[in-house]
Amino acid sequence: MSLKISRKYVPLTATFVVFVVLFGIASLRYEGFASAAVVVELFSENAFLGICALGMTLVILSGGIDLSVGSVVGFTSTFVATMIMEYAWHPINAWAVALVLGTVFGAGMGCLIHFYKLPAFLVTLGGLFFARGMAYAVNRESLGINHDLYNGLASANIPLGGGLSLSLTASLFIAFFVLTFYIGRYTKFGRNVYAIGGDEDSALLMGLPVGRTKIGVYAFSGFCSAAAGIVMTLYTWSGNPLNGVALELDAIAVVVVGGTLLTGGVGFVAGTLLGVLIYGTIQQAIYFDGNLSSSLTSVAIGVLLLIFILLQKAIVSKGEEA
Amino acid sequence: MKQSLKSSSSLIWPLAGLGLLLLFNAVFNPSFFSISIVDGNLYGNLIDIFRNGSITMILALGMCLVIATGGVDLSVGTIMAITGAVVAIIYQSDPDTSLFVALLVALGVAGVAGALNGALVAYARIQPIIATLILMVTGRGIASFITGEKQIAVENDAFGYLGTGHLIALPFSMVLVFLLYGLMVLGVRKTPVALFIEATGDNEDAAHFSGVNSKMIKLLVYLVCGLFAGLAGLVETSNIANSDPSQLGIYRELDAIFAVVVGGTALSGGRFSLIGAIIGALLLQTLTTTLYSYGVDSALSPIPKAVLIVTVCLLRSDRFRKQFTSLYARKNVA
Amino acid sequence: MPDPLLSMRGISKAFPGVQALSEANLTLYRGEVHALMGENGAGKSTLIKTLTGVHQRDAGEVLFEGKPIKPAAPLEAEGLGISTVFQEVNLIPHLSVAENISLGRQRSRFGFMQWKEIRERAERALKRFDVEIDVTQEVCSYSVAIQQMVAIARAVDIDAKLLVLDEPTSSLDENEVEELFAVMRKLCAQGMGIVFITHFLDQVYSITDRITVLRNGQSIGEYETAKLPRIELISHMLGKPVDQLADTGSDGLSRSEAASQGEAWLEAKDLSKEGVMSSFDFEIRKGEAAGLAGLLGSGRTETAKLLFGILKSDTGETSMAGNSVGNPKSPRQAIARKIGFCSEDRKREGIIPNLSVRENIVLALQARKGFINTISRQEQNRIADKFIKRLRIKTPSRETPIRTLSGGNQQKALLARWLATDPDLIILDEPTRGIDIGARDEIEELIRELQKEGMAVLLISSELEEIERLCERVWVLRDRQFVGELSDEEISEKAIMSLIAHSDEMEGSDEAES
Repeated sequence: MSLKISRKYVPLTATFVVFVVLFGIASLRYEGFASAAVVVELFSENAFLGICALGMTLVILSGGIDLSVGSVVGFTSTFVATMIMEYAWHPINAWAVALVLGTVFGAGMGCLIHFYKLPAFLVTLGGLFFARGMAYAVNRESLGINHDLYNGLASANIPLGGGLSLSLTASLFIAFFVLTFYIGRYTKFGRNVYAIGGDEDSALLMGLPVGRTKIGVYAFSGFCSAAAGIVMTLYTWSGNPLNGVALELDAIAVVVVGGTLLTGGVGFVAGTLLGVLIYGTIQQAIYFDGNLSSSLTSVAIGVLLLIFILLQKAIVSKGEEA
Repeated sequence: MKQSLKSSSSLIWPLAGLGLLLLFNAVFNPSFFSISIVDGNLYGNLIDIFRNGSITMILALGMCLVIATGGVDLSVGTIMAITGAVVAIIYQSDPDTSLFVALLVALGVAGVAGALNGALVAYARIQPIIATLILMVTGRGIASFITGEKQIAVENDAFGYLGTGHLIALPFSMVLVFLLYGLMVLGVRKTPVALFIEATGDNEDAAHFSGVNSKMIKLLVYLVCGLFAGLAGLVETSNIANSDPSQLGIYRELDAIFAVVVGGTALSGGRFSLIGAIIGALLLQTLTTTLYSYGVDSALSPIPKAVLIVTVCLLRSDRFRKQFTSLYARKNVA
Repeated sequence: MPDPLLSMRGISKAFPGVQALSEANLTLYRGEVHALMGENGAGKSTLIKTLTGVHQRDAGEVLFEGKPIKPAAPLEAEGLGISTVFQEVNLIPHLSVAENISLGRQRSRFGFMQWKEIRERAERALKRFDVEIDVTQEVCSYSVAIQQMVAIARAVDIDAKLLVLDEPTSSLDENEVEELFAVMRKLCAQGMGIVFITHFLDQVYSITDRITVLRNGQSIGEYETAKLPRIELISHMLGKPVDQLADTGSDGLSRSEAASQGEAWLEAKDLSKEGVMSSFDFEIRKGEAAGLAGLLGSGRTETAKLLFGILKSDTGETSMAGNSVGNPKSPRQAIARKIGFCSEDRKREGIIPNLSVRENIVLALQARKGFINTISRQEQNRIADKFIKRLRIKTPSRETPIRTLSGGNQQKALLARWLATDPDLIILDEPTRGIDIGARDEIEELIRELQKEGMAVLLISSELEEIERLCERVWVLRDRQFVGELSDEEISEKAIMSLIAHSDEMEGSDEAES
């Protein structure tokens, strides 16, 4: 094993270094930061963002973008809460229907993008408005969920030993990570996503199923967003049509900070996990500090985003020269 | 012949849409058109459409130029929030700041933001969606940071005039839109700038080979777009006498893009229509006002907006047109 | 002769407005490298595309291994054993070599893709022609030559029997070309048939067994490479029988007094760009008409782009009227020096499609004047009308979008764009390609007029006749080098062709003639 890092891994390595440095600085500055509890917290606090970002990762890898994720989260949380509380559905049924709705919604946008060659950015923008409007159509107000299953799930933690336990939402995030990692690395579908994002014309000439893959990617993103909406209800015990406003921006940001090229074709699902952890670390550090304004989270992420985009540009243009 | 039909049709669609909406109102809600005079100023639904739509119209004028170069600016909503925050903090620190200074500082900040976008697109050659996304992600945080994470009331009479004042019986924001439109016509349409923008958007290589300074043009349009966004932010802040960094201008970039696209400027760049952008914004606002006047919750207004934009996109899609015409042809045969 | 691997007979294909192929033929045997030659518009790529299923032929028959075939899509052709590698490598740049070879054909076990198997398969496929590289690295981290080989490995990995190489060498250096040829020879030795498309004559003679020449969509003939002198190959490609060519220029065109004396208006010494053009010297005087001649891909357009600042030269220096001014850094700078460049690629580098004829004509002039100094609408109309009249541009009005005009009229409007800037030097890259004869005569007439008015004209054309008629001095290019300069009476189609072919071989063919 040589120590030389392949060019391919430069952004991922940079992400890892950023995470370690940030976590290190925070640990030195704030007492009690370097603890297992904080690490576990990073996972549960950002589970819904992480799940959305995982779906977004595949979309961006395919060379597209999905601006609708935040609205789908808002719609799903409202839908689930309303169905359980006002229509007395069993939560499992509500979840199942929500997941189907999210997936179909994503697939529909994918069809518009693929069959009519519409820009992904515009179609999913339409999706953003539509889903947000539908969230309000289902329910105007925030609605608390009170159901035996929810009460039971609150204590359904996976013990990690040492008095620590992994909450259900964190476990779901990790499960989605494993699923997306598997899709991205070990399935033909996942590899086709990389190929299409890398060079769609070549992918077509190679005989890859471009249309099916593109639609599939948006369907998966819709599925992830719906799951994130459900996770949000588990986390907050409520549904609110305002949930997930501007979440798409954070999701895109953590994907890019995670080393995925916004132009598609290059990136790692594991990078997105690191991106979410960086986001969480900044958030936690600001929380620990107590004097810093929490709005600095998005400023810091934006600055990282700028640095990573310029870094990517430099790497890509260097690659073109070579 | 076919050509002239096609180019004028870009304005026909939004005008037809607008006409249809107005007709609908004329039939079912004649009071929609009533205009009253209070204190020598005009009031009524039609005036409201102009007043409430003025923000989108200002944004759409700037966005129109950006889209004409083949780009897009996602950050206008957050630039609004930033200028709102800047002006709020100026008046908070000194309530007697002259309007001129307040505007100068706030617009200066907006101009810097726009120039930053332009530099990333033109000189760092980053895709416009990505380049402006950075500010879109960061901007709201910056705005909250400026105001210290809270809403700040902005109560200054001179400043309040921007959003609530009247000039020659019309809302000032409406007059402002007319002024800006006139300014754009004089500064862009009547100068070579329009030619350079359209050439850059239509065929950048050919424009470059003909000696057009496309980079400068791009920097310029993002700068103008940033300034207009800043102005829109000031009008909105003045109108609600309050600066809320988390809400001010949220999703406004989408309205602006919609207005421009509905108004007949293609997202791929090239020919642009400033008046089309204004009509597009009017159409969106009329839709919202109409729904509102029928008691439809404003929270639901995103749905028709979404349907509208997807329809407009589909109407522009060659494949959809083909399917549609073949369907029509088949029906005719049968 | 054994049965051919592929036999295409009487292939015709029409596109709206063009008969791209009429009754073209191609016969290919196992184990041979077969060159498909022809100038622009000869129908090479259309013929290949009907073979590989990108286009459907209108008429004719294709026998592959003795059986008639009619693939409806490239994938179907691939299934039959016909693979294609294009000039622009069709691989996914940021995926590994191994993955590129097996994309879409990977095997999974228990739902997991077998990465080890993918690597081994790639190593085996590349080993077939002695390429040993780290297959886990990204494709784009390797040279274009290696990328070509990876593309070939992918193409033949599915038991291909016929391989089409469409200009695979255009961006390779000499050593890389040799490596590629070694691979091609190995594949042929294994019984594969290869169709090889290239613009480089040297390569044709060093690798191919036989040659099929196409011109204007028709087969001109099939030849054994070893028995076809270069000059004859070129004459077949250009449609000029060698024995009918006069040895001297047609009319005693000679340089005008002013042009032959006095100092150069523009002089470039030792311009070059790595991988694009070898070093060359160039000079032109006011009132002179010079030409660049050579086959497609010989570096004619690249020379023009270096002179106009679209490509930046690595070396050398430019001087104007004896003063060193530095090489142009951008088209804008070249335009400021009163140079105009009319590109051969009208659609991509010339017209602004949706803008009007008027806007297209005033664009370069307005760009030179900048943002502030507006040309009034009245003045724009006057300029546009003047050129529409002078160049006889057929357009319904000056406000018609230029894309609706015919090719010849678009070309005239682009000429007008440059003439409006009143240049001292105008570079015309294939100004008469793809336009009708009437417009062509008019453009030639115009070139003469401009020259008389004292403008320097640099003409690039594959029509040697045109160069002979119009130019007082000609540089001949071959394989991205200047290989000779002819002036005045020396200029003849034959002299140009023999320079293109190779000067030493000329003598041989001369003997054959006498």
